[in-house]
This record gives sequence, structure tokens and C-alpha cells, in this order.
Amino acid sequence: MSKKNIEELEQIASQVRRDIVRMVHGASSGHPGGSLGCTDFLVALYFNLMERKDHFDPDGKNEDIFFLSNGHISPVWYSVLARAGYFDVAELATFRKINSRLQGHPATEEGLPGIRVASGSLGQGLSVACGAAQAKKLNKDNHLVYILMGDGEIEEGQVWEAAMYAAHHKVDNLIATIDVNGQQIDGPTEEVMSLGDLRAKWEAFGWTVMESEGNDMASIVKSMEEAKTLSGKGKPVMNLMHTEMGYGVDFMVGTHKWHGIAPNDEQLASALSQLNETLGDY
Amino acid sequence: MTKFTYTQKQDTRSGFGAGLAELGRINPDVVALCADLVGSLKMQDFIDENPDRFFQVGIAEANMMGIAAGLTIGGKIPFTGTFANFSTGRVYDQIRQSIAYSGKNVKICASHAGLTLGEDGATHQILEDIGMMKMLPHMTVINPCDYNQTKAATIAIAEHQGPVYLRFGRPKVPIFTPEDQKFEIGKALHLIEGSDVTIFATGHLVWEAIVAEEELAKEGISVEVINIHTIKPLDVEAVLASVSKTGCVVTAEEHQMNGGLGDSIAQTLALHHPAPLEMVAVNDSFGESGTPDELMKKYGIDAENIAKAVRKVLKRK
Repeated sequence: MSKKNIEELEQIASQVRRDIVRMVHGASSGHPGGSLGCTDFLVALYFNLMERKDHFDPDGKNEDIFFLSNGHISPVWYSVLARAGYFDVAELATFRKINSRLQGHPATEEGLPGIRVASGSLGQGLSVACGAAQAKKLNKDNHLVYILMGDGEIEEGQVWEAAMYAAHHKVDNLIATIDVNGQQIDGPTEEVMSLGDLRAKWEAFGWTVMESEGNDMASIVKSMEEAKTLSGKGKPVMNLMHTEMGYGVDFMVGTHKWHGIAPNDEQLASALSQLNETLGDY
Repeated sequence: MTKFTYTQKQDTRSGFGAGLAELGRINPDVVALCADLVGSLKMQDFIDENPDRFFQVGIAEANMMGIAAGLTIGGKIPFTGTFANFSTGRVYDQIRQSIAYSGKNVKICASHAGLTLGEDGATHQILEDIGMMKMLPHMTVINPCDYNQTKAATIAIAEHQGPVYLRFGRPKVPIFTPEDQKFEIGKALHLIEGSDVTIFATGHLVWEAIVAEEELAKEGISVEVINIHTIKPLDVEAVLASVSKTGCVVTAEEHQMNGGLGDSIAQTLALHHPAPLEMVAVNDSFGESGTPDELMKKYGIDAENIAKAVRKVLKRK
């Protein structure tokens, strides 16, 4: 796969955002807010940062692999996977519908290319990513494992079990990212369950911690290149990525209200008017 | 017909340890994880011989299940080791999503199952694990009867593609099955032929069923004893063939009546061949501290109770 430049990445991201709002509208359900906020990150990963095969290899041997732990932002992942060529973009129209491979939350059961483990019940992905990273070490495979979690998600205790484990076992071929958008279903994280000083917490658990801006393509690519240089040094790497939920659609930005609801026809039209159709709608 | 005897007792967890060590020697993809119970799970030989293929997780069972799921991506065959309680109830959602629903090739190896871990009491004596595990789609559930069979089962499940729950225990129980037997997942074993009643037993209650059969034979009752080491998938054909001959059934297990082997047999009979059934199992109760023998007697799951159940079911024929 050829690496896309920043301008190309931005164009892909615009199309992915169109896909997201259209998918969620088409299903009359789904999670647009976090999907839009993480669009730039996933586009950068799949079209620039990751060294990956063109076809889907479930074992992911000798390539970088990605896990999405906050599985509810499946729309962005599905769109990116389709746009990256793992399956036909036309299939995006089946999102959340009966007999679809595009389940509400990512699953392996229906065999959708690109998915290696189910996620949605929160807090489990970091453990899985650690295991996959250790399998790479056993296989003498020098590629990286990427994992994305939500900031609300780290309220789950299992995340901290995995945090302790990764440092103890020196899982340094792992680059974890937390989508720090400060929102969760019931409101701002500060009101629902304060996350405190995230940098200090992860550093105290033995991780190398960096921060990045998640809605600026050039900045994401630069930060993640830096993350790669931090890997392989005996510590797992944590990227605290600041994003705005709903980024790219003005009435969805910065609020938890669009965490898990679908736009109506009028709202869809308004959203699409803000997003260029760069690669052709599915 | 073979009558069963034994010269030695051994804990089934040691059979697991021996099987795992053997796997370490013959299958380079096998890896092991443990949540701070290496000694209890008898995993030290594997660790000594394969330090790079062992992952100590600490007291963090949820994380262990996720790590195991991740290790399968790239072709490893992870065996997790902790007590049955912490292998199931504590981590049910992790197993459900990251292992069973995701079709991951993880072997969940669970020691200290049931009442007979003894003195530690009910916090640790899980009697619901078979039920929880058999309800999960894709999950295979195995409960071998003695040291030799546990060793053979441990080796066999590495060859099976898909998640497996392997259940064994702490007490020393008679070794009465052959050394170096071949273990076939899902294949019920006819131990004693009989014509009046069938006992389907699982785990170390198979031995109790054998003891009960000897007593009942003296009373002129012809008992068939079948070892159901694999609860899921159940060997339905073997169950129906036997009940067609004997016409009534007793099940025996160290588990809650709800959700255990008896439940599976009852469902099979109700669907295909209704017949009188008595279940020897723990009846909707937690356990308590005590010696294994005391507990089996008090909770009604020893040979004497199996014999009683046989006499009762025969009257219902």
C-alpha cells in the first residue's frame, strides 16, 4: 500500500465522515460522535502509518495490526476498512441491519475482513492487544500493535490490570491511544467519573506517555511517527490523543448528546453539506 | 466385563500439570498463563522447561482471559490456569466477548472445581461453572474423571480448534483409567454394561458410580455406567442408545443440579426419549468448609447417594 500524503488523508477523512453519518442515518442507530472524533486518527493509521498487507490476514503476521477497544465507534472503523479495500464500500449500507457482517459492534462471527476480536463490552481491548503484541515477540515479528480506547472506557478496572501487565512484561511493541474527548454517555467525564491526571497515572504504571492533537492530520502523523520511535525501548507507549467528539459536523461537536443517536433526514442533509464527497458515496 | 480397581490416588490437577508439560515438549505453539496459582495448578514443570512460553499475569483473571485471546492472534495456543471460580464467574464477560464470540483458540483450564476443594469453603467452591460455560456458543466443556484421563484430555484439547473449558480438581481420587489413553472429545465411554438402569457420571463422580454399581450388583440390579467426560458437545447418540436399552437414568456430578450434566441429559431425554431420571448433584445450595469426603456425603453426591437414586428411579420405571 502506498502512503497517502496529508492532503490525500484529509480527503479520505472527509469521505469517511460522510460514510459515518450516512451509515448511522441509514440504520437509525449507532454512534456518530466518537466516530467523527476519531476519523482522522484511523485514516492516518490505515493510509499512512501502519505497515499492512492489502488483504486481510486474521493472524496479522509480519504486519502492523490495530484493535478497536471502544467498539461502539464501529462506523468509523468499518468505513476506513472498506475505503482501505478490505471489503466493498457498498456493504457499508448494511450497517446494523439483519444478515449483515457490519454488526452494531465489531465482531468476527460473520467474518468481516479487518476484525480480529469482538469489542463493545468495554475495557477488554488493551488486554487482547498485549497478548497479540506478545505473540508477535514469540514469532520474532518486529511489527507493532496499535490499540484505541475511549477515555470513559478506562473507568473499567481491567484496563488497569492490563496497564500493569504491559509494563511488567515490557510489552514495548504496543502503542496504545486513548481518545481523550472528555465525554461519555451520561455527560462530561469530569462529572460522571473524573479521570484525574491521565499522564501521571499512566506514567506511574510504567508507560512512556505522550500527548497529541487528534483532529489535525499533520499533527497526528507527526505524533504517531514519534510514538513509533518511542517503541522498542522496554516500555509500552501511551498516546493521550485530544479530540472533539463529533468533529467535522458543527451541530455534533463537543457534546455527549451525539454519543449514540442517529441524525434525522434534515440533520443528515446539514451534516453532508459540511463534508466534501471526495471518493464517491457508497 | 472389566471391573475397575485402583492402586493409587492422585489429584486430577496433577494430571493437567503432566499433560501441559508434555504439550510443552511436543507442541511449540502451546503457551501457558497463570494468575498467581502456579503451585496449585501444577504448572511448574512447563514453566521450567519453557520459560519464554509462560506468562505470569498476577491476580488479574480478567486481564488473563484477554491476554490469552490476544495470543491466539499469531497462532499461539494459550492454556490459562486458575481456580474454576476465577476461570468462569469472575471473568464471564471476558470469556464471552473476547474468547467465545470471537472464536478464539483458548483453553481455559480450571482447578479446584466443586465442593471438594474442601476447607476453603463456598467462596471458592464453584458449582455453577459447567452451566455457565456450556451456555456459551462455540465452547467445549470437558470434565475428566481421574489423573490419567485429565492428562490425556489436556493433550487432546491442544489439537482441537476452538475454545475449551477443562475442569479438574484438588482432591486425590482413584486412578482407574489407562495410562497413555487416547482422549476423544465428545465420545462417551462405556465403562460397565448393564440392562436395568444407566448412570451417566462426570468427573471424579465416575468412580463413585463404579462403587455404587458394585453395591447394586449385590442386590441383583444390572447397572450400566457411562463416563461423560465431555458435557458439551454431549454424545447424544450414546445417551439414547443406552437409555433405549435400560429405560431409566441417574446422573452424577459435582455441580449444581441447575445447569449441569443432569440438565443436559434431561433435555436430551425430554426431546428424544422421555424416561425416568434422577439427578445426583448439589440442589440449589452453596457449599461450606469441610473435608472432601464430609462434603460429598453432606451434599449428597457420593456413591451411597448414587445407589439411592438408582433404587428410586427403578421404582419409577
